Amino acid sequence: MILSLEHIYKDYIQGKMTVPVLKDVCLHVEKGEYVAIMGPSGSGKSTLMNIIGCLDRPTSGSYELTGKNVLSLNERQLADVRLRNIGFVFQNFQLLPRMTALDNVALPLIYAGIRKRARRAKAKEALIRVGLEDRVTFKPTQLSGGQKQRVAIARAMVNKPDILLADEPTGALDSKSSKQVMELFQKLNDEGVTVIMITHDSGIAGYAKRVVTIFDGELAEQKGETDQ
Amino acid sequence: MLENIRLSFQGIWSHKMRSFLTMLGIIIGIASIISIVSTIKGTNEEIKNNLIGSGNNTLSVMIYNQGYAYTIDSWQGPPDGFQEVSDETCEKIRALDSVENVTRYNERQYSESIYYKGEALQSVSVRSIDMNYFDTVGYMIRTGRNFIESDYKNFRKVLIMDRTAADNVFGNDDPIGKTIEINKAPFTVIGVAEQSRKFTPNINSIEDYYTYANDDAVGYLFMPKASWPIVYRYDEPENVIVKAVSVDDMEDAGKDTEDILNATVASTQTDFKYKADDVLQRAQKLQDMSAATNNQLIWIASISLLVGGIGVMNIMLVSVTERTNEIGLKKAIGARKGSILGQFLTEAAVLTSIGGIIGVASGIGMAQVINKISGVAVSIDVVASVIAVVFSMLIGLIFGLLPSVKAANLDPIEALRRE
Repeated sequence: MILSLEHIYKDYIQGKMTVPVLKDVCLHVEKGEYVAIMGPSGSGKSTLMNIIGCLDRPTSGSYELTGKNVLSLNERQLADVRLRNIGFVFQNFQLLPRMTALDNVALPLIYAGIRKRARRAKAKEALIRVGLEDRVTFKPTQLSGGQKQRVAIARAMVNKPDILLADEPTGALDSKSSKQVMELFQKLNDEGVTVIMITHDSGIAGYAKRVVTIFDGELAEQKGETDQ
Repeated sequence: MLENIRLSFQGIWSHKMRSFLTMLGIIIGIASIISIVSTIKGTNEEIKNNLIGSGNNTLSVMIYNQGYAYTIDSWQGPPDGFQEVSDETCEKIRALDSVENVTRYNERQYSESIYYKGEALQSVSVRSIDMNYFDTVGYMIRTGRNFIESDYKNFRKVLIMDRTAADNVFGNDDPIGKTIEINKAPFTVIGVAEQSRKFTPNINSIEDYYTYANDDAVGYLFMPKASWPIVYRYDEPENVIVKAVSVDDMEDAGKDTEDILNATVASTQTDFKYKADDVLQRAQKLQDMSAATNNQLIWIASISLLVGGIGVMNIMLVSVTERTNEIGLKKAIGARKGSILGQFLTEAAVLTSIGGIIGVASGIGMAQVINKISGVAVSIDVVASVIAVVFSMLIGLIFGLLPSVKAANLDPIEALRRE
């Protein structure tokens, strides 16, 4: 098991009120799975993603990632988990505008302490993997939305993480680009990458092999969609 | 680290105007400090080169009585055991490694017994000199002739005046051939001598004025050493002037001459001793004085550095806010707090270091302009320039700290949410 969330609760304090956002969430993901977490806005799916991505801590519960109890780690160790175990893909790409595609992809490698030559080679390899070998020196402003998201995916993949964590990866894309990105996820998953995707779009969720829905902070397995 | 520096340059370059304005405070501050320091150093070197030994590396070794230079006058006899300085003693002094030339003299200051056409000349002093005197102190004969061997041999009553005395006594008239009466004996003026390298000091304060003015106001009459006993005392104790090989030899030359001279004296009056001019100390005092005035200027310039530093902090805070997204992303993809901190600190330090370098360059330029306009001596201090750049880097680190800590502590969830 690559990821195991047990009885996760998350409360936000708003003034004097305690607002429960996640209620007793349990989620287990095996290596090589492709899971979509689907829910409407306000359902708590972003909070859940932040917890899975080690950006946030639950109020209670336990979380194991590749067998490690991440809730016991300090901030510095969590940064390392994000660096090595998790690859983030965001709705709005989050590429640095002044850098080329190659430099954007190579960014996590800097924090991994890899030397410049090796960084460039690995970043190039990742860009080839997402089909952008001819856009290496382009800056984000010179790329289309779909290309930008593929650069972002290359960046997420460059450190060979255990999980690819995507937050509404098609939220800012037209349907054609969305399809391309989804096909890329499919391909990566076929190559053995574990993908967890958060979306409100059931069409997009349909690309996943397994869909869990979240509503009002409670998680439910959606049967029937996992018919592959 | 190198990566951070490279990125900083990129960032600074992509915001040229803003970066320059941010640096401006640092540039102005550093430039002022460098130009002030250059002026201090220039003045100091000028003092060292010119005041010490009047640009000639000379210093006097005189008889002192308990810290005061002893002068013989008509009503006060010489201390016992002190005699004129013998030729052998002179040769001994000349043989010193640090000494280039040596001369000895007797003196009467503001002598009341000197008359020209029945009028007392009160502002002139009179000295008896040997043949080495003018060479040693760096005087040249301007008009007339120098003393020659026969003047000494024949006890001729001849005089050479310095320019000040000649101007004071004769004004525009030609002094050559005129007769001056010293202690009722008529002396004929045969020449006018002048310092060969004239030093025109910068007078910045009343203290400077007194220091420099002293030597110039007194006019001198020179007579051959042999003629001295005609009008004054026989075998009178003499003072010595040594010319050192270089400025740095002056202290040694003074000390050794002192020792040689004191060894020749067998006096019961132990309060009397030969003592060398403490020229270096005197110069030091002057240098300290000019530095003290200028140090206040440095403090004022430092305020502009402080203002510059605050400017840097301000812009860095804006920059952190602007780049919230970038910081959030970097944290999400695995940057540690320390990496973010390092990135922003480097950026601030690179920014202010560039400012410092530009500041040093403009400071050097400013110093040259000051030199051209006002004639104040300037000298570029390499050490000060290096310190200035390092110091501006420190300003970047200090004033960049708060914004950098703020950046490092950003919550990535919040940071990513902002668009």
